[in-house]
Amino acid sequence: MSDAEGRPAYLAHHFSEAEQQRESAKLGMWIFLLTEVLLFGGLFCAYAIFRSWNPDMFYNAHKFLDVKLGALNTIVLISSSVTMALAIHNIQLGKRKISIGFLVTTLVFAAVFLTIKYFEYSHKFHVGQLPGKYYTFTGIQGDNPHIFFSVYFAMTGLHGLHVIAGMIAISWVLVKTIRNRFSPEYYTPMEMTGLYWHLVDLIWIFLFPLLYLIG
Amino acid sequence: MTTKSNAHAGHIVPLWVYLTVGGGLFILTGITVAVSFIPLGGWNVVVALGIATLKATLVALFFMHLLYDKKIFLVVFLLAILFVGIFIIFTMFDTMRRDDIYEGAGRPIKPNAAMYDRMQTAGDSTAVTHGEAHESTADTVGNEENTEH
Amino acid sequence: MSATEYVSYLQQPKGIKSWLLTLDHKRIGIMYLAGIMTFFIIGGILALIIRLELLHPGKDLVDANTYNQIFTLHGAIMIFLFIIPSIPAALGNFVLPQMIGAKDVAFPRLNLASWYIYIFGSLFAIYSILAGAVDTGWTFYTPYSTSTTTSVISMTLGVFILGFSSIFTGLNFIVTIHKLRLPGMTWYDMPLMVWALYATAIIQVLATPVLGITLILLILERAFGIGIFDPAMGGDPVLYQHFFWFYSHPAVYIMILPGMGIISELIATFSHKKIFGYKAIAFSSLAIAFISFLVWGHHMFTSGQSEFAAGIFSFLTFLVGIPSGIKVFNWLATMYKGRISLETPMLYALSFLFLFTIGGLTGIFLGALAVDVHLHDTYFIVAHFHYVMMGGTVMAFLGGIHFWWPKMFGRMYSEKWGRISVALIFIGFNVTFFTQFILGAKGMPRRYYNYLDQYQPLHAFSSVGSWILGLGFLIMFIYLIHSLFRGRKASGNPWGSLTLEWSTPSPSPIENFVTPPEMTHGPYDYDKVLVERE
Repeated sequence: MSDAEGRPAYLAHHFSEAEQQRESAKLGMWIFLLTEVLLFGGLFCAYAIFRSWNPDMFYNAHKFLDVKLGALNTIVLISSSVTMALAIHNIQLGKRKISIGFLVTTLVFAAVFLTIKYFEYSHKFHVGQLPGKYYTFTGIQGDNPHIFFSVYFAMTGLHGLHVIAGMIAISWVLVKTIRNRFSPEYYTPMEMTGLYWHLVDLIWIFLFPLLYLIG
Repeated sequence: MTTKSNAHAGHIVPLWVYLTVGGGLFILTGITVAVSFIPLGGWNVVVALGIATLKATLVALFFMHLLYDKKIFLVVFLLAILFVGIFIIFTMFDTMRRDDIYEGAGRPIKPNAAMYDRMQTAGDSTAVTHGEAHESTADTVGNEENTEH
Repeated sequence: MSATEYVSYLQQPKGIKSWLLTLDHKRIGIMYLAGIMTFFIIGGILALIIRLELLHPGKDLVDANTYNQIFTLHGAIMIFLFIIPSIPAALGNFVLPQMIGAKDVAFPRLNLASWYIYIFGSLFAIYSILAGAVDTGWTFYTPYSTSTTTSVISMTLGVFILGFSSIFTGLNFIVTIHKLRLPGMTWYDMPLMVWALYATAIIQVLATPVLGITLILLILERAFGIGIFDPAMGGDPVLYQHFFWFYSHPAVYIMILPGMGIISELIATFSHKKIFGYKAIAFSSLAIAFISFLVWGHHMFTSGQSEFAAGIFSFLTFLVGIPSGIKVFNWLATMYKGRISLETPMLYALSFLFLFTIGGLTGIFLGALAVDVHLHDTYFIVAHFHYVMMGGTVMAFLGGIHFWWPKMFGRMYSEKWGRISVALIFIGFNVTFFTQFILGAKGMPRRYYNYLDQYQPLHAFSSVGSWILGLGFLIMFIYLIHSLFRGRKASGNPWGSLTLEWSTPSPSPIENFVTPPEMTHGPYDYDKVLVERE
């Protein structure tokens, strides 16, 4: 897997050592995660402001979210983080086939998450709990309950898009693993995808109590 | 040939750490759900965010490897959180203090959007005002809508 | 010493495809330069049309609605398609790896992707002109931007896409500077241009995502009426302004910081002297980056935000002027007792010192809450930001272009025409914009199509200035392009500068260096090393 100078095939020409390349990838991915935190941060800001202006409406509106489904989704996503970590753990140990198994499991958990969200969303569409001007549900006390649902759909929608993007990245990594491109010596793309996936889990860890568990 | 720089010098987190952290996260999820049913007033959100932060810390330190890595990555992560914090706090310096000039400055002229006049509203929808800490009544309407179809 | 036989990055590989698929940061920089200069010209023509329209009150050329569209496009194009990418993407890409002795940036493929995203986003924004050009002002304030029938969505989508280009460039630069320095080169051995690009990159990655979410929310508001910025729906239009300015204030430091980096290089080289206060300048770049995130509300003093917030923002705004002031004093101290030579790049640097100081000082005036209440949305603001953005960043950018031109293209331009052009630009700029300070202080509002007769003489004077300015730029483009074909061939180090990129032949070798680079001296060791112009 090395070229004439003993440089491994995966080492790009402008890096002098594999470690330098690996640490660079990691730093790059962490900076990217920083940008994602800032992106969602805007929505958390909107949430904080509208909740502070309408505390009772938020309480009343949130009761229409199914805590059981939300908690289930939380467990599902945490599990997917565990399986993602285990996929990387196994490739570190050279156990490619087990790693593949865990990558697939991660994808399954992600799909379950999206399925549950689909049911939640379609129920809301059905009863008219929609964002902004499309809101038609009566039955929540307080002014402007559509605001809660605007915030809910914006936050969970953006998060859902990131889940889909993560699934695409994990699928790509899965294909590469099946094609034996990774080894204990080089598995950086899997590790970086793992970091991204954990962030997706992290964001949900905050979304869940803020949206579903308003006390 | 595998030179010293090519052999992966990375730390391999033991399996039991992942499983323990995963288990801990499940337990914390259960706790946060349970506590949300106990009425603590303003403290509910503090506890919920506190538990969420603890969960997030576990994910960051162990799953994302920050405990074992060089400090720079932790600095990057903390910087992100710091700047989101600045954004929220400074914006709320504005939004929470609109009323300072005179009473009612921060309030909308018409509390409920016009589209609600076209809908049949159930119950009294004009009594809620900003900032009034009011006991939440458990018996709000619409509970039959609460389960999945 | 460099070999006489070497392959330059312009020579190999050959063909259009080799450029469009290049991973070479130098070629990517040149491709960015082409795009940036094109949009500068488009934005500039729009500016000339604005000034022509304002020669007299009432209609001269265009009607009122068209006028709104023209100044919106002028602002959006100049800010998002020209000035924000300009120095980092065009000059930074070219010069940064060389300055730290690296072969390329950390992620060359991401770099190429950034360029494509830039082009795609820019075309999207330009398309929006044809689809019913936006007339909201470049700031897209709600509620007008959510209700106007013009093409807000396509313009904001274009800007959203451009944001990714900015983020990826910043990300790339941060990792490059952390990881790809020459072994043995510490942070304090780096040229100040690198510190400047680093501080800029930090702002780019922290601030731009918030612009992203702002634009997403604006699009959702327009398309789905989610209502968060609409008071009739329980939302808040001032909230939009908080979101917008959280990015856009730090964005102005994305514009100026790399310019300040160039000025450090120019002043040291053309004073032939060690930079005064290296660490102060380096850390002031980081300080500016940090403080820039704390002051955005000074754009909103008249918006209806709380007095509490306004007071805090005003106070913090005074802080942000301090590190900039430190830099100006350090540059002056560098020049003191230096062996100064007044070639075109140095003339741009001197113009910068004069014009940026005026721009920066007027910014401090505006930071005072009570003063700003009177001057907000007048021509005083227009003059202030043109002094810092054009008198500051554009002067530095052009100084950098003229400085690194030999390294980029292996040619020297006509020094005579360079000096004529700077003179015209400097004079034209001041005639155009100093007048606007006066106009604004006398009460002329900005973004106004029509005005009272009493303002007409000053407006006319300002418009004449714009023609002088335009002439200066026209001459500059002519001699620069001419030099590509007929310019005297450049030596490796025509300015006698000590940073690493000058230790190679011109134009740059394809691998950046002919022999592996070594750090034998610091970047400003003019007192220790004898360096002659080749």
